[in-house]
Amino acid sequence: MHAASAFTLSGRDLLGIEGLIASEITGLLDLAEEFVELNRQVEKKRTTLRGRTQINLFFEASTRTQSSFEIAGKRLGADVMNMSVGSSSVKKGETLVDTAITLNAMHPDILVVRHHASGAVALLARKVDCCVVNAGDGAHEHPTQALLDALTIRRNKGRIQGLTVAICGDVLHSRVARSNIILLHTLGAKVRVVAPSTLLPSGIESLGVEVFRTMEAGLDGADIVMMLRLQRERMAGSFIPSVKEYFHYFGLDEAKLRRAAPDALVMHPGPMNRGVEIDSAVADGPRSLIREQVEMGVAVRMAVLDTLARKLPNA
Amino acid sequence: MRNGRPAFRDPRPLLLVNARVIDPSHGSDFHGDVYLADGVIKDAGFGIAAAGVPEGAEVVDCKGAVVAPGLVDMRAFVGEPGAEHRETLASASHAAAAGGVTTIICQPTTDPAVDDPAIVDFILRRARDTAVVRVHPMAAITKGLRGEEMTEIGLLQAAGAVAFTDGYRSVASAQVLRRALTYARDFDALLVHHTEDASMSQGAMNEGAFAARLGLSGNPKAAETIVLERDVRLVAGARGRYHAAALTCAESLAVLERAKEAGLPVTASATINHLSFNELDIGAYRTYFRLAPPLRAEEDRQALIRAISSGLIDVVVSDHLPQDVEGKRLPFSEAEPGAIGLETLLSAALRMVHTDQVDLVNLLAALSTRPAEILGLDAGTLRPGAPADVIVFDPGMPYVLDPSMLKSRCRNTPFDEARLDGRVQRTIVAGATVYEYV
Repeated sequence: MHAASAFTLSGRDLLGIEGLIASEITGLLDLAEEFVELNRQVEKKRTTLRGRTQINLFFEASTRTQSSFEIAGKRLGADVMNMSVGSSSVKKGETLVDTAITLNAMHPDILVVRHHASGAVALLARKVDCCVVNAGDGAHEHPTQALLDALTIRRNKGRIQGLTVAICGDVLHSRVARSNIILLHTLGAKVRVVAPSTLLPSGIESLGVEVFRTMEAGLDGADIVMMLRLQRERMAGSFIPSVKEYFHYFGLDEAKLRRAAPDALVMHPGPMNRGVEIDSAVADGPRSLIREQVEMGVAVRMAVLDTLARKLPNA
Repeated sequence: MRNGRPAFRDPRPLLLVNARVIDPSHGSDFHGDVYLADGVIKDAGFGIAAAGVPEGAEVVDCKGAVVAPGLVDMRAFVGEPGAEHRETLASASHAAAAGGVTTIICQPTTDPAVDDPAIVDFILRRARDTAVVRVHPMAAITKGLRGEEMTEIGLLQAAGAVAFTDGYRSVASAQVLRRALTYARDFDALLVHHTEDASMSQGAMNEGAFAARLGLSGNPKAAETIVLERDVRLVAGARGRYHAAALTCAESLAVLERAKEAGLPVTASATINHLSFNELDIGAYRTYFRLAPPLRAEEDRQALIRAISSGLIDVVVSDHLPQDVEGKRLPFSEAEPGAIGLETLLSAALRMVHTDQVDLVNLLAALSTRPAEILGLDAGTLRPGAPADVIVFDPGMPYVLDPSMLKSRCRNTPFDEARLDGRVQRTIVAGATVYEYV
């Protein structure tokens, strides 16, 4: 049907970027490019997942990731069911593993899972027979976010190899940062992290990043400035003194952005805290890729679902 | 009852012959025989059998296996009262017997906590009636393990508590611990303290690069060292006997060494888990390796092993902590910490002997003689007249641990499917054989 249709991943699931090799990442990105074009047509439907059941199991609230996976599944022809924590039996004390076993008995083909604990999606994947996509587990990984970020970068810069990418903000609690660091490192980018020391995990250097404690130094000559969301509960007192001080030193505004390369582009996984980690003028400015990231999200998730479905029984 | 002994009928005298007899209390290691009768050790030496088999005695040919004092495990959780579904005194004692542990020192973190002499009495009575090894409870340092008010140290000790500990919690208030150490000194009571600052121990594993990779929050080593350093200062003033319950890192060993050099009444344990594994064993979020305190780096493990060899760390404990499936089959950060260890304690510890890092006599001292000395128990020796708590084991017998064969009520062993060398063949308590490997 299309050129990349012979492409597959080595595993049944997509639990993280860690473990993927460069050719698997670029294979997914190439396939996603095709879906970008498809999504801009009036007729957006494919039939790859016809007859398949996709369950979006979200133990943690999410609007954009969940809707992105839902649209991706539907455009590929799957029957998509959304299940979120508020309406599920998890609130009644059922454990994650019991939930997995229960859902598994309903014979879904694809489970898309988000959970607040690191490793929870991998735990669930061991208990089910279908393929599992990690839509974010704790502070561990968020692989489709890293893939959509990579696709966005590649489409705008034409490459990833050799670019300098500065990832700024709450690296400590960020699964987006971890997945991005691993992916960009695998594809040959120079990755920097920029954060106050309280928001950096100890030993982060071992992931192959260069660590900066000021935006001025960290953004110097960067091709991509990737901002991270600061969780509200971490804003006052525990990790940083105040929002005001954080924005002063680490909020991305026009002045700080001038340190970066003249053609530097700005990204944010969303949802943004305007005036906390990013200034509105930058977020809505000409160098912002934030809206394009959302568009790429659907295409990348279609590529992931399409690829994993090829390895399903009777595919 | 005060000797923690189960109620057995008088067993037949036993003559263990053709054995490698190791008595760490004398540092002796020789080929000979051991004679047990009337619940005590009658003789351990050369040629006892050659001089004639005593009348009525059962002769056991050990075929060169080691005969040594039974192990004294200073840190084990038994769920009685309150968590019998995880472990009872009976099930723990059978697990202990299979592992060569003849004396269990149990944690006061039961429900209700052991902070009242009546609960000490309850445990001792239950143990006498249901357990097959000796059981000595530790009592809480503070009422309800809340870290606020001191328990009745004198009355609890008189009831049979052999030491005082708040279990898996540090006493956060320096003043409370200082007063407890000062008061305990009048009774020559031992305080066993968990050294983990609660405010810095909210994470799920050791802080560092591996935690960063797994996206798990980490506990720094300083959480332990800060508490230990504070405690050593308090001991220097109060002079009460103090035992660090489970040290995990090289930095703590430096603190311990200085305290010992200063002549302070400070001793310490390391757990078999921290001597056997490091943080990388957590792998893909394996919750059986979630422990408190957490597994540290390989350098720390190696430093702990050297400290066992040198005697800087006095005691090796199992840190037996049964957790049911519901507590472990969870995401790593939500799983209960702890691992069972009574049955695998000796086999796992022998790995340090097989790798030539620790001498067998020194290892057995850390597993029997030293804890008995620290607790003031008549155990850990083959001296004539001592209670006949003896084990026979083949230090080289290989096996693969099958969790379904374990006697504990729980299966949370990090040695699941592990290859181990060294197996207990017979465990004898008060002269009676309570376990035999067939």
